[in-house]
Amino acid sequence: MNNELPPGLALQKVDERIMTLNVGPQHPGSGHMRIIVQIDGDFIVACDPDPGYVHRGEEKMAEYRNYITNIPHLERPVIHDSCNILYPYVLGVEELLGIEVPERAKYIRVIASELNRCVYTMYWLAIYGIFLGHSTMFMWPAGDRELLIDLLEKMTGARVTHAHFVPGGVRNDLPPNFEDVCLRQVNYFEKRIKEYAAIFYDNPILIARTANTGVLSRQDAIRLGTTGSVLRASGVDYDLRKKEPYDVYDELDVHSNVMKEGDSYARSKIPWLDMLESCNIIRQALQKMPKSGSVRVKLKPNPKGKGLDSVYKRVESGRGSLGCYIVSDGKPEPYRLKLSVGSFRNLIALPYLLKGEKLGNMPAVYWSLNYWPVEADR
Amino acid sequence: MSSDSDDELIETTSDVIPASTKASPTPEKEIELPKFEKGLADKIVEKFGTRIKVAFVKHDRIRIDVGRDDVKEVATFLRDVLNFDHAESVSGVDYPQDKEIEVVYHLGSYTDSSLSRQILVLATRAQREENPIPGNDATKLPSLREIFYSVEFHEREIFEMFGVYFQGHPDNRRLLLPEDWADLPPLRKDFAIKGR
Repeated sequence: MNNELPPGLALQKVDERIMTLNVGPQHPGSGHMRIIVQIDGDFIVACDPDPGYVHRGEEKMAEYRNYITNIPHLERPVIHDSCNILYPYVLGVEELLGIEVPERAKYIRVIASELNRCVYTMYWLAIYGIFLGHSTMFMWPAGDRELLIDLLEKMTGARVTHAHFVPGGVRNDLPPNFEDVCLRQVNYFEKRIKEYAAIFYDNPILIARTANTGVLSRQDAIRLGTTGSVLRASGVDYDLRKKEPYDVYDELDVHSNVMKEGDSYARSKIPWLDMLESCNIIRQALQKMPKSGSVRVKLKPNPKGKGLDSVYKRVESGRGSLGCYIVSDGKPEPYRLKLSVGSFRNLIALPYLLKGEKLGNMPAVYWSLNYWPVEADR
Repeated sequence: MSSDSDDELIETTSDVIPASTKASPTPEKEIELPKFEKGLADKIVEKFGTRIKVAFVKHDRIRIDVGRDDVKEVATFLRDVLNFDHAESVSGVDYPQDKEIEVVYHLGSYTDSSLSRQILVLATRAQREENPIPGNDATKLPSLREIFYSVEFHEREIFEMFGVYFQGHPDNRRLLLPEDWADLPPLRKDFAIKGR
């Protein structure tokens, strides 16, 4: 190693047998991140993920903006799941400021966050399809997610960057007749995604491609601190909507999907099962939601916390547990804001899973980690 | 515009619920600490006594402040005796006025179902240097990677963002920043964003 150069630029020792291959950082092969793999023939002997190509400094930016103006930029790391990435932040600010949220707003949040989870998962599934060379599986989810995007557009006014959750509730009340439209669309959506079983999940080619590749044992899933679908595909029943219910999840009947295999197939199937479960949750929430009432507590301008305080809130996002640690020093801006995102936490499993795997299986393993590069980089 | 006068002005309107009056501040002593969390905190105090400080005990959250020499021992105890098995998040917080950088581990448990709601916050502080030379100055902490494998990437991120070197970490390389980044560690308070 040459110590004069910065670590990433240092010259590597060349082995005649081992070849070093840079995968990425171009989309869509690796999705704005680089995976440095060392291969021996067709087999991966070592893998070094190199994220950071889409690092935007969200945490630093948050220190310069107050609790309200932080909302639109904090959802940028994962715009397809923007309600869920704002959720822990908003819950945290509410605890810091001591705000009680109206009941109807809590239900609206649950509906929005479940719709968003489906929108994100459909996008993820579309890319998983194209990663495996299954172009129909790219077209179908990309088309069907428009159903839910339309719903969210009616609800929030924006197609993807909703900025709908605010401390104290949600920005707007539901439009008239939303419940009926939502119920109809969600029922149709559920019928559509059930068809994916025949074309994708029961497809022998997909099973041959993903079953028994990248197996993560239960013990390792826990030790590596993975989360979300990766964890639940390895047989650990841990879904924050059940384990630490936030807002009104404790009043809803939530079923968490667990599989024992821990391979790429299980990791790709859990998000799909979660979408079916989301449809159930949305139907329950529509039924139980108070039909009228306030959806937002008005705040004073420049709301601030009471002196030195900190709060850590977490929610179950499309990619697993999403935590937000806010340190307040009594000013209108957070003193420090940290997003602990599922993508970043699951990335640690990648070198572990790819070791000994064939190079051709890399896309199947990598994307099954439910990894969103932009979110991991923040 | 001064924000204080705005507050008074707005508070008189009817549709505002002032946050400060809603959460009526009760005197410290009357707050009853949640039982389960109190029990956990007591176990830790019983073992380590004055070497640690319990900063708060809230519902589902306990925070413990530890000196940098004891952090490994406390973390081992948390893992082996109290069954915390992974780190959810590791954050750095810069305190230039104290000349210290705080590193905060949020620990959780998947295996122990009684702990599934709990997050144990383990905080320790490293000495802060005015002119940092990341890796080669006094800003160092023992790494918890041997104890909680899941902190590996989190600690790498803190090394580049705050310049805290983790002793015993096998891989103290850059993670998110460019390889040729030659400025201050960017999440320190003295690294200012242009135009702000």
